[in-house]
Amino acid sequence: MSGVRVLVGTRKGAFILTADGKRQKWDVSGPHFAGWEIYHVKGSPADPKRIYASQTSGWFGQIIQRSDDGGKMWHQPGTPPGEPTTAPDGSPKGESNKFVYDASAGSGKPLTTHQWYDGTQHPWEFKRVWHIEPSLTDPETAYAGVEDAAIFRTTDGGKTWHELAGLRGHGTGPKWQPGAGGMCLHTILLDRANPARIYIAISAAGAFRSDDNGKTWKPINQGLRSPYIPDPTAEIGHCVHRVALHPARPNVLFMQKHWDVMRSDDSGDTWREVSGNLPTDFGFVIDVHAHQPDTVFVVPIKSDSEHFPLEGALRVYRSRSGGNEWEPLTRGLPQRDCYVNVLRDAMCVDTFDPCGIYFGTTGGQVYCSADGGENWAPIVRDLPAVLSVEAQSLP
Amino acid sequence: MIRVVLPAHLRTLARVAGEVELGVAAPVTQRAVLDALEAAYPMLCGTIRDHGTLARRPFLRFFVCGEDWSHESPDKPLPDAIAQGTEPFFILGAIAGG
Repeated sequence: MSGVRVLVGTRKGAFILTADGKRQKWDVSGPHFAGWEIYHVKGSPADPKRIYASQTSGWFGQIIQRSDDGGKMWHQPGTPPGEPTTAPDGSPKGESNKFVYDASAGSGKPLTTHQWYDGTQHPWEFKRVWHIEPSLTDPETAYAGVEDAAIFRTTDGGKTWHELAGLRGHGTGPKWQPGAGGMCLHTILLDRANPARIYIAISAAGAFRSDDNGKTWKPINQGLRSPYIPDPTAEIGHCVHRVALHPARPNVLFMQKHWDVMRSDDSGDTWREVSGNLPTDFGFVIDVHAHQPDTVFVVPIKSDSEHFPLEGALRVYRSRSGGNEWEPLTRGLPQRDCYVNVLRDAMCVDTFDPCGIYFGTTGGQVYCSADGGENWAPIVRDLPAVLSVEAQSLP
Repeated sequence: MIRVVLPAHLRTLARVAGEVELGVAAPVTQRAVLDALEAAYPMLCGTIRDHGTLARRPFLRFFVCGEDWSHESPDKPLPDAIAQGTEPFFILGAIAGG
């Protein structure tokens, strides 16, 4: 591999950090889309030059951006630079920003309401794309997790998006409700060994799995326990913050829930807690080492009412045993007066050996460990609040 | 020609530097202006009006000859000064946020 490209989404734009395999000296480009919230930027595993970005704004709504040259030039799919912006008949070409919920009878049970904060039913309203997950094999195909929670798919490089309506239509939708950050579908995991399988997670509804390429879905929350909801072991209603898997062992899932770090060894059918000796099991991020499927990383956060590290010390915790036994990783991280948060999409790994681990903070730092977590150093210190971090290991 | 002034972020999206000029057939209304704008700059679809309902996005306002027309009917004819291009149609973003 020639190097690594780290794609960073922030509250005020996107940044691209690049380095060679040593991961010591970094070039920083950006801000791309300056002034806009960039919830997520992710490259295609099938074509590293193909990158998708979710650009959003409370004023102007949702924009999907795409790069076909590794992040140098960007365009909205359907309106590439230098080409006419309208079809020959004069009609608009750009449909790439259009996320319209499927309300057709043919989608099964199209839903119009979910549960609101006060328990009443509330109409489904599209707000933004939280997460884009490109296909493992086709650069033209990608999935989008959106708020209010739903999953969309494009098969034409982002020009058009269509809802996989079986998720909202499977029956529990009226019981879903927003977490504090909104009712977002934030996690999409694809299974290289089983291309028909997709995992997703919603805050605050729980985790779901499709085994037929997104047509039908089932909740996979058995074993989760959330004492702060009316029925702590309910099928639906858990505030899942993040789920991760190792590509070589996709039936084993690791979850950072609102509270609790969880593990499933049966593709999510059942879960057991593996918080073990963590000093607090609240947090947002979780990820798995690229070459060691039982090595897992989390960043414990004090509590759901105090979103910063315990004792002002920023610590990544690593388990080499698939959970329960955790060790703090502190070398190079601030150990006093640090009160940042690490949001759910803001940790990732590269595929170098030794594995690189990355995470971004709400204080604008992006940290890198090029040795599996032993030593850390900031790549950048003063970006806007970081929303997402993704690493591309370049061929 | 109808003159339209866009907020800075939408000028960036549309890749324009100053005012936008549009040909709009009579009667010149808000709807006709916005339809023409989105036809000429399809990357703006959904950024000013909702994709489905075509309702104005909540944090945007339309100003015409010094008056707030945001709550006027989209089919109400705009003043002659707009139709004749002596005054621009302003699309403004609310001053809010951090």
